[in-house]
This record gives sequence, structure tokens and C-alpha cells, in this order.
Amino acid sequence: MTRKSRRLWLVVACMIGLGSAAALTLNAFSSNIVFFMAPSQVQAKPPPADRTIRLGGMVVAGSVRREKVKDSPVAIFDVTDGQAAVTVRYEGILPDLFREGQSVVAVGTVSPDGTFRASEVLAKHDETYMPKEVAEELRRSGKWDPRFGKAPDAASWNTMTASDPKKPATPTPDGN
Amino acid sequence: MNPELGNFALALACCMAAGQAILPLIGANRRDARLMALAPALAVGQMIALITSFACLIHAAITNDFSVQNVAANSAVSKPLLYKITGVWGNHEGSVLLWAMILSICGGAVALFGRNLPSALQARVIAVLGGVAAGFELFCLTTSNPFARVWPAPLDGQGMNPLLQDPGLAFHPPILYTGYVGFAVPFAFAIAALIEGRVDAAWGRWVRPWAVAAWCFLTCGIAMGSWWSYYVLGWGGYWFWDPVENASLIPWLTGTALVHSAIVVEKREALKIWTVLLAIGTFSFSLSGTFLVRSGILNSVHAFANDPARGVFILGLLALVIGGSLLLFAIRAPQLTTGGLFSPVSREGLLVLNNILLCSICAVVLTGTMYPPFMSLLFGKTISVGKPFFDATTIPLAIPLMVFMGFGPMVPWKRAQMWPVLRRLWWAACVALVALVVATFRMRDILPVMATATAVWVICSSIADIAERLRLFRQPLAQSWQRARSLPRAVFGAALAHAGVGIVVLGIAGMSQAAHRIVEVHVGESEMLAGDSWTLTDVHPAEGPNYSALVATIEVRHNGRLVTTLHPSKRTFASQHQTTTEVAIHTNLMADIYGVLGDKHGDDANPTYVLRLHYNPLAPWMWLGGLIMAFGGALSLSDRRVRVGAPRRAKTVDVVVVQ
Repeated sequence: MTRKSRRLWLVVACMIGLGSAAALTLNAFSSNIVFFMAPSQVQAKPPPADRTIRLGGMVVAGSVRREKVKDSPVAIFDVTDGQAAVTVRYEGILPDLFREGQSVVAVGTVSPDGTFRASEVLAKHDETYMPKEVAEELRRSGKWDPRFGKAPDAASWNTMTASDPKKPATPTPDGN
Repeated sequence: MNPELGNFALALACCMAAGQAILPLIGANRRDARLMALAPALAVGQMIALITSFACLIHAAITNDFSVQNVAANSAVSKPLLYKITGVWGNHEGSVLLWAMILSICGGAVALFGRNLPSALQARVIAVLGGVAAGFELFCLTTSNPFARVWPAPLDGQGMNPLLQDPGLAFHPPILYTGYVGFAVPFAFAIAALIEGRVDAAWGRWVRPWAVAAWCFLTCGIAMGSWWSYYVLGWGGYWFWDPVENASLIPWLTGTALVHSAIVVEKREALKIWTVLLAIGTFSFSLSGTFLVRSGILNSVHAFANDPARGVFILGLLALVIGGSLLLFAIRAPQLTTGGLFSPVSREGLLVLNNILLCSICAVVLTGTMYPPFMSLLFGKTISVGKPFFDATTIPLAIPLMVFMGFGPMVPWKRAQMWPVLRRLWWAACVALVALVVATFRMRDILPVMATATAVWVICSSIADIAERLRLFRQPLAQSWQRARSLPRAVFGAALAHAGVGIVVLGIAGMSQAAHRIVEVHVGESEMLAGDSWTLTDVHPAEGPNYSALVATIEVRHNGRLVTTLHPSKRTFASQHQTTTEVAIHTNLMADIYGVLGDKHGDDANPTYVLRLHYNPLAPWMWLGGLIMAFGGALSLSDRRVRVGAPRRAKTVDVVVVQ
């Protein structure tokens, strides 16, 4: 094996390795990138039903209610960016820091009826924390300027919401 | 008084590091023995000063000296003693000081254990370490001083996030940091070799133990971090592919490649330029990983807006260290001679393949981690890349890596025939095939099945490697025992580390088959999961030292026989207005039974509780395998070759390039 053929072999091996890595990356990017959307964007242009997105905003105060489907608890709440609100259905345990009136990010898909089916709900382990995407979206919609202090309570945003006010939390048969 | 002493010691260490960076370099260039002899002395002095400084900070935390701002912000009188100590490195300032201290300990270790190195090389290595240390100590002093005072001193501190009050997390950062910082030594060796213009077998042999040691710590650190997120966060997951985790995985991948390519340099004097580049790359990834991620640049490009000085300093320092070393590499690398020839089918060939695949995985992880922040920086688009992306890209690359890993240790150097190797591995291949068939019937999805088969293959081929070397079952056992005693420990270490990888992958494949259910039940009700019946028998309140808790009792029965009783709980910390979830885990080493208590609903007379129940097959194997890998590395470090028998440089004309 001469030096030249060894080099050729090395180059081919590297090309195969990095080439397959690049191919895998591009392939995965085309199907697995998760876009962030605010509720108003979701309402204006709903993504296809098989597309996973991250929905971020504030949990509308008083909107959290629970249902029970086949022994599994389902949490339902509205997420708003001050312009529109989207109803989120989440089958699972809400994180410890999930509160009404605080920011939240939900990962999931938009179902044809317009509700958002979350597979994951994230609330950061910090009360004063607001996810960057949420803060950015609030600023863009003109509801909040970080120079004037903390974000307003989501309860007040709800009244700013253009869409119909959601029906209040109704007690469910099992006594909630 | 004490914090001032600590601050002074830090400043002193910074000055010594600056001296350590400059004087030995001059000495090595002029061949001035006295200046070169300064290097070990300064390195040890700097180490002592920084240990003193760190001890002062710990003392301030233990004695509740809330006039120190760092202590006031992160500690409280009511905090248990252990967390007062470990809380010192649970914040930005303290962790930078810890980082600098570990770096100085590395410098001290090179000074103390590196006496058999040629004095010029040792002086240059210590000088490079001193240069890096000086930069970070200056960063610590000017922008994030842990000894800054606050006036008036508050009566009590603000306390610590309850989530961090956990023994697992307490010892995780020092081990992880030792892993990160440990790669500074191979980096310094690489820079010193570039300055000298010479890399040879002896260099490979000197640099490898340092790389292996750092790799062991990093492996342990990553395993501990993953274990912590598994049992503290209570999501039933062990790896979330978030930027902080990826920042530790990237240097681990290149570090693993470095550990392997250094073998080729040591044995065959080939791949020299590549190994030097890997050493530089690994430390660069460690540096950018710790600092870019911790300062929040990956999560948010605006994080530095809070403290622009800090961000600019760190970016400048990173640019200097990484850019400078790459520039030096570009200038000097062509002067390094390339070494031994080998055929594609040979030990070297397989190690090259290992490097290519590891670096491809690294490139993929790096792309997935860096793409979202770049997109938001350049195009203002907010996107994220999660587990599906990383699963789809890393696993297909890891499977060929595992397949070749089985062959690696059996293939001879230089030129090899496949047939004899295959003949010795036929039974391992058969077992892997059986595993493939069994897994096809028992598991969902194709990737876990492939992963299981290759993991079994790797474990069996490691056993085959050792059995072959001992001539097990082909000679009387007594003779095999004799062979075992004379076999270098590095061989056992390598086999153990490879088997550890197999065990980790089996654990990951098992976890992909995990079952979980979220249920809402009354006390006394039962639910079925994975063939077990889970009964919530009791929920009662309990008081802790600084929290109040709600403790559940869940009985898990298999065919009516009691398997275990779990006590998951929910703690509410009044002072921080925070709730934490305490997971209950029962393990029999083949599977974890994992229970989480969620919210309480309904009226107090007949409430319902949300429970999250997990059945995680083979979960403990992931961390067990990680420990086995690290243990294998440690075993090869204890090899006689490393401890005694200082390698000598081959007699060649000393190449000193004067520019």
C-alpha cells in the first residue's frame, strides 16, 4: 500500500463518514425542526396537523380546567399572546411551576378543530422567568415593553384578546 | 478578613500564572535551565494560592458571612452544611473559581508527575496551562469576583433553589469540570509540540494518560448528570438533548476520538497532525461548552445584555485561546512529518474509522445545537431541534461505530487479514444474531433492535478478545491465569471500557421500550402497567426541615405478590414558593419501577390524585455502563507502562525551527 493509495482511501472514508452525516442531518432537518409559534400566528395560519410546533404565551387566568378520559387526566387551558388565544389539551401532569397568568411553552400539534394537543408542557423552574420566545412575541405584538418593567398579568391580557372570551371553567361531573 | 485573603490569593495566583505563561517559554527558547525550572515552581505555587482562595470562599459560606455578596445571594442560615459547601460552586462566580482551581491543579500535576518529561517540553506545557489559567483568573477577578462585598450585610441569605439541594448535583459539577479542564493538559501538550515542531511516539505516550484521565472524569460527570435529571426532574427521561447536555457530549466525543488516535501516535507514529488537531479541538469544545452555554448564549443571544463586560471578556478570551491555537496549528502543522504506512484493514485503519465516525457524530450534534441560535441570530426565526432530530442522526452513525468497535481490539497492526479475526469472533457474531432475532420479536421500532444487537456484539467481542489473549479453554486454567497476570492492565481496561459502551447502549435500547401511564385515582384504586398492578393505598402530609410534603404510598404487585412499596412525594418550600417532586424508584437492576405523585383534585373528603407510573426496562444499565467505562479507563491508567518506564525520545536531529 503506497502513500498515495492510503491517502485516497482516507479521503474516501472521510467523505463517506461526513457525507452520510450531512445527509442524515439534512434529512432530519426537513422533518424534525420544530418552529415556535404564537397563538395569533396559529390562528392566522394553522400548521398542518402532522407538524409539531412549540406554542408559547401566557396561560389565561381562570382558563384551566380538567377532564378525565379513560382514567387519564386531561388538562385544558388557554394560551394567549394578547391578540388571540388557543385552547391547549394536555394529557399528563402539569409541571410544578405551571401557574395561571404565567408564561408557558407547549410542544405538540394543532388538531383540525383548532385546539392544540400538547405532548409536553414546559414551565421553567423560576417564577420570574419568561421564555425568550414568549417575551419576543409579546414585544412584537406591542403588549409589553421590557423597558417598562415586568410583563403584565395574563388576566389583564385576556381582556385585550380580540377573539371571543372563552367559556369559564365549569365544574366537571367528578367534582372538580 | 478571610474573603480579602481569598481575593488576595486569587490575585496572587493570577500574577503567578502570568509569570508561568511567559518566563518558561523564554527559557525553553533560549535553553536557559534556570528559567525553565521556574515553571514547575510557579505551577505549584499557583495551585496552592488557588486552593487557599477556594478554601476562603468555602469558609465564608460555612460561617454564614453574608457580607460576601456571593454567599448572601446563594446561601442561607437554614441550609444544611453539605449544601453550604456544595452551594459554593452552584453559581456563576463560584464555578469560575472552581474551574480555575482545577486548572491550576492540572498544572501542579504536570509539574509533580511530569518530572520524566524533557525539561523544555515540560516548561512549554506548563507555560501554556499558565496562559489559559491567567486569562480565566483575570476574568474571575475583574468581572465575576466571588469575594465581592455587599454593604450593609443582610441578616440572612436568599437561599438556594431547592431543586439543586441534592447530593447527586452537589458532586456533579466538580467531576464534570475536572473532565472539561483535564483536556487542557493534552491541549497544552499539543501546543508545546507545535512550538517545538515535533510530535513522535514518546509524545503520544506522554499525552495519552492525561487524555484518558480527563475522559474518565468527563464520562463519570455526564453519567451523573443524566442520572440526576432522571431521578430529580421526574419526567422519566434521562437525556433531553438540551444545549447544556450537548455541550458536555461534544467534547466527550472528540475526547474519545483523541484517546484512540493517540494510541496510533504512540504505537505507529501515524495520525500525528490529526491527533494534535483533536487535542486542540477537544479543549476548545470544553471551553466553549462551559462558558458559552453557562452564560446563556446558546439559549438566548441577548443574555449578555445583563452584563456586557462579562460576555465580551469571555468571547475575547475564547477567541484568543481557540483562534490562537488554530493559527499556530495552521503555521506549524505542515512541518510535522507524517509517519507509518498501514493498510485499510488493520488496527490503525479501524482506529481511523473510529475517529471518522466519532467526529461525524460530533459534527451532527454540533449542528443540531448551533443551528437554532444561528437561525435566530441571522434570520430572526425561532426554531428548536429536539430528540427526534438527534435520534434520527446519531443512532445510524453510532451503529456502524459499534460494529467496527467489536473488531478493533482483535485486528493486528499494520496489515491484517479479515478471516482469522472473523474465525475468532464467530461465536460473538452468533450471539449478536440471536439477540437480533429475539429483539425483533420483543421490541418496537427498528433502531432499538439494531442497537441491541450491536451492543451484544460489542460486549461479546470484548469478552472474546480477553478470552483469546488468555487462551481460555484451550490451555489449562492455570496457564491462562499466568497469562492473565502478565497481560497489561491496559488490555483489560480497553475491553472493560468497550463492554461498558455496550451496556450503556443496551440500557438506552431498553429505555426506548419504557412504558408509562398517567392516571387519576382515588385512594385504594388500582391501575395496571406492564403486567404489574399499582395500588394507591395512602396519602398523608409530612413535615420536613424547611418544607412540607405530601407523601403517597403505592403498592406494586405482580400476580398478587408484593414487589415493592413506593413513597413518591411532593414538597412545598414555603420560603422560595416552590414545589418539587420527589420521585420514588425501585430497581432490581433489570428494570426500574418509577412513581411520581402529581396534583390533588376534588374536594378534601374524597380527593383524587394524579399519578405518573413508569416501567423502565434496563434503565440502571445506562449509568452502570458509564461507570464501567470510566473504571476501564482508570484501570488502563494504572498500567505499569504508565507508572514506570519513562519513555525516551528516539535519537533524531533536534528540529528547532527559528522564525
